[in-house]
Amino acid sequence: MIIADKKPIQEIIDQVSNYERILVLGCNECVTVCEAGGKKEVEILASVLRMHFLKEGQERKIDERTLERQCDHEYLEEIRDVIDQYDAVLSLACGVGVQFTAEKYLTTPVLPGVNTCFLGANEQRGMWTERCQACGECVLGKTAGICPISRCAKRVMNGPCGGSTNGKCEINSEVDCAWQLIIDRLKALGRMEDYEIVAPIKDWSTERAGGPRKVVREDVQV
Amino acid sequence: MRLKCPADFRIIRLPCTGKIDVIHMLRAFERGADGVYVVGCMEGDCHFNTGNFRARKRVEQTARLLDAVGVGGERVQMYNLSSGEGPLFAKYANEMDQRIRELGPSPIREAIRKRKLAA
Ligand code: SF4
Ligand code: SF4
Repeated sequence: MIIADKKPIQEIIDQVSNYERILVLGCNECVTVCEAGGKKEVEILASVLRMHFLKEGQERKIDERTLERQCDHEYLEEIRDVIDQYDAVLSLACGVGVQFTAEKYLTTPVLPGVNTCFLGANEQRGMWTERCQACGECVLGKTAGICPISRCAKRVMNGPCGGSTNGKCEINSEVDCAWQLIIDRLKALGRMEDYEIVAPIKDWSTERAGGPRKVVREDVQV
Repeated sequence: MRLKCPADFRIIRLPCTGKIDVIHMLRAFERGADGVYVVGCMEGDCHFNTGNFRARKRVEQTARLLDAVGVGGERVQMYNLSSGEGPLFAKYANEMDQRIRELGPSPIREAIRKRKLAA
């Protein structure tokens, strides 16, 4: 899922300070699971903002709403009839949701309420770690199910660099060396011979380096 | 056991302190409460194992949020005791009461009062 993290309260206050009627808009998907932008976080943030402005003696209207998703037209349409009641939307969805909301409601400022971080897993309660950089051409089948693109700092494709030490990456002794993990798992799978297969030069044009990407699926288009 | 407790606090019962959420405490402050404290079982004695640990984390989070908006994180507190410790319950109630009296009314309560006067 997409992992997001909370923004500091002060940054959020600064962002919304010029608007009188604000809709705090959550999303029921990834950001709910990573506890950054779901209904609960919307309630908390809205309450904190109301208290802040009340204390400052300023009249503000701060409402709460959480949509099923902010990256889908049909759910975003649900706020069409109320959007004119607000001077700004503070979206707690990932960057995709913020942008999709902004595209749909052209004349209402939509502000980001979270920092969108990466594609990752819920490794343990309160800890999320990166697993994929959406390179557009997955090589996990050749790398024992461990991604050398998202988990290796240098994104090397044919075994570890010279900085791999005791299973850790040279960028930080707390970061596992992705290639150590790959080799360990190839061994566990009894497939060490795969390690000898030289990976071809990766086509990075399907990755972000190729510019904004698009997936078109005619088979499901109507 | 007849113990002296301050008269102006309200007890809200929970099935377990693990049921309390940050928003419950914030709502109390939003409506003008001067302080909120949560009394859970002793750490390690939770019937649901981690209920009181979760509560502590949520109390801490609430304190940080109250600090961030200038209401004051010291207005929330987590206490732990066992169900047989009536005197301790009374002691914590008095301690919290004392602290809140020293801090004075919550700025939110004041703001609500001012708004009512202006209306
Ligand atoms: S190889 Fe590419 S698609 Fe596969 S997990 Fe890694 S970054 Fe994601
Ligand atoms: S030590 Fe391992 S993970 Fe770190 S850059 Fe080198 S190969 Fe990649």
